[in-house]
Amino acid sequence: MDTLKLKQIANEVRKSIIEEVHSAKSGHPGGSLSVADMLTYLYFEEMNVEASKKDDPDRDRFVLSKGHVAPALYAVLAEKNFIPKEDLKTLRKIDSYLQGHPDRKHTPGVEMSAGSLGQGISTAVGMALSAKMDNKDFRVYTVLGDGEIEEGQVWEAAMFAGHKKLDNLVVIVDNNNLQIDGTIEEVCSPYPIDKKFEAFNFHVINIDAHDFEQIKSALDEARATKGMPTAIVMKSVKGKGVSFMENNVSWHGSAPNDEQYEIAMEELKKAGEALCQK
Amino acid sequence: MSEVKKIATRDSYGDMLVELGKQHDDLVVLDADLAAATKTGKFKAAFPERFIDCGIAESNMMGVAAGLSVTGKVPFASTFAMFAAGRAYEQVRNTIGYPHLNVKIGATHAGISVGEDGATHQCNEDIALMRTIPGMTVINPCDDIEAKAAVKAAYEMEGPVYLRFGRLAVPVINDENYKFEIGKGVVMREGTDLTIVATGLCVCEALEAAKMLEADGISAQVINIHTIKPLDEDLIVEAAKKTGKIVTVEEHSVIGGLGSAVAECLAEKCPVRVHKIGVNDVFGHSGPAVALIKEFGLDAEGIYKNIKNM
Repeated sequence: MDTLKLKQIANEVRKSIIEEVHSAKSGHPGGSLSVADMLTYLYFEEMNVEASKKDDPDRDRFVLSKGHVAPALYAVLAEKNFIPKEDLKTLRKIDSYLQGHPDRKHTPGVEMSAGSLGQGISTAVGMALSAKMDNKDFRVYTVLGDGEIEEGQVWEAAMFAGHKKLDNLVVIVDNNNLQIDGTIEEVCSPYPIDKKFEAFNFHVINIDAHDFEQIKSALDEARATKGMPTAIVMKSVKGKGVSFMENNVSWHGSAPNDEQYEIAMEELKKAGEALCQK
Repeated sequence: MSEVKKIATRDSYGDMLVELGKQHDDLVVLDADLAAATKTGKFKAAFPERFIDCGIAESNMMGVAAGLSVTGKVPFASTFAMFAAGRAYEQVRNTIGYPHLNVKIGATHAGISVGEDGATHQCNEDIALMRTIPGMTVINPCDDIEAKAAVKAAYEMEGPVYLRFGRLAVPVINDENYKFEIGKGVVMREGTDLTIVATGLCVCEALEAAKMLEADGISAQVINIHTIKPLDEDLIVEAAKKTGKIVTVEEHSVIGGLGSAVAECLAEKCPVRVHKIGVNDVFGHSGPAVALIKEFGLDAEGIYKNIKNM
């Protein structure tokens, strides 16, 4: 799939994210938008996952450790036909299976319930270890927030993954630099993120989260890396793609009103049209 | 009379893991640097390729167990009760309980009978914590026979199970013909004046206390509740109707454990007096396990005196 097509899908994912949180009147648009490109690439290029083979034991696994950006995951799962796109508007509604944070029991394609920060990465490590124990080739990917890595459990998991040399594991840190109470430097700086993962015996790659060439190159490099897990620290823009949400922490956990929704959708529509003209 | 055989249920746990490991390739065991104490070291020796030492990181261990379970394994995650139910409570709640994963938690060194290590390691709250998690099965076996049966039954059922084991060697009171069923209490002794509902190592003490009461002309029925959740409510209601008075005995806080579970049940279904014997909202302390059990009134004599003073 060429980069233009990936950009078009990612733009559709962004539209779905805005639709979801607007319909829900709550949710986390900022972080959802910052991971939209990576999730698009993972599901459309990197991982061998298909809705028609959702129980295939050899499929790759994805765990959204930063589970609050469930709107992004649901949007990608809808693009991949795991769930009907029209269901996205039921996000967080009382009778919906689309929970505020991912629920594996009720949502096709969701590999692990997650959202209590710091816990998803451990489950991804367990899946990767399981593959190693069974000599299976599937790979495991997990996305963490840069605020999330303030949780101590992340480093328990990282230490264990490095110790077990889980080269089938890719830990992706969404470094949008914002958490609820401010910038991550202001609150409790985890920097330098790359050096920390290196110290925990990871191969570390720094990339731009919104550059598909860099995403591809990093995931290819991770696949070629043997004897250690890979951490991809991706510098992202929180709220990427919606001008008034970009780099604005107030969009961490609040939904656009009707007027803001119209503006956001218009911007994404224009972005989509621009991609079609290329 | 020959000397009664004594075995710590943590040993039963380790032994049964090895037995089950021989039969089931999907069984894996995790520990957090306590294999020698939890007795999972026996499994490690037999099946090193299926033993995973997570180091001193219980929160991560629970998540790793969850990841193993969704990829086809049946993990037994082992550590002390303090760290399994206490430190890793939220991991167990959110990453094992909420998705209702097939993870078994083998928690050893429960209660004050940890002994000399003292209060930081004497978990008297684990039953209370674990039974609040929807869908969690909570089992507290009383002896070697029951503990082994419980481990096997936990493997054979689908879903999360919390298994509580002790450090102290305790008398083997069941025999090889014992039939264990999750969720089914066992009438160990018939009686008419009151029913002692006991769990774990207190079952043996309760039976001895019943003999002492008998000498005073009091007929005490004794029920062994190995499964705190799901609770055998029918058996407890039947006992309440028959004897009118219920005494619960547990090596656990009187807040939230067996006594609370029984009281909750009877308050709704058959209100009778429920007298709770356990650890009375205090921390433990260092000392020999047997002396601590005596000090906290959980030995036969303590139970007997407590009931006499009702």
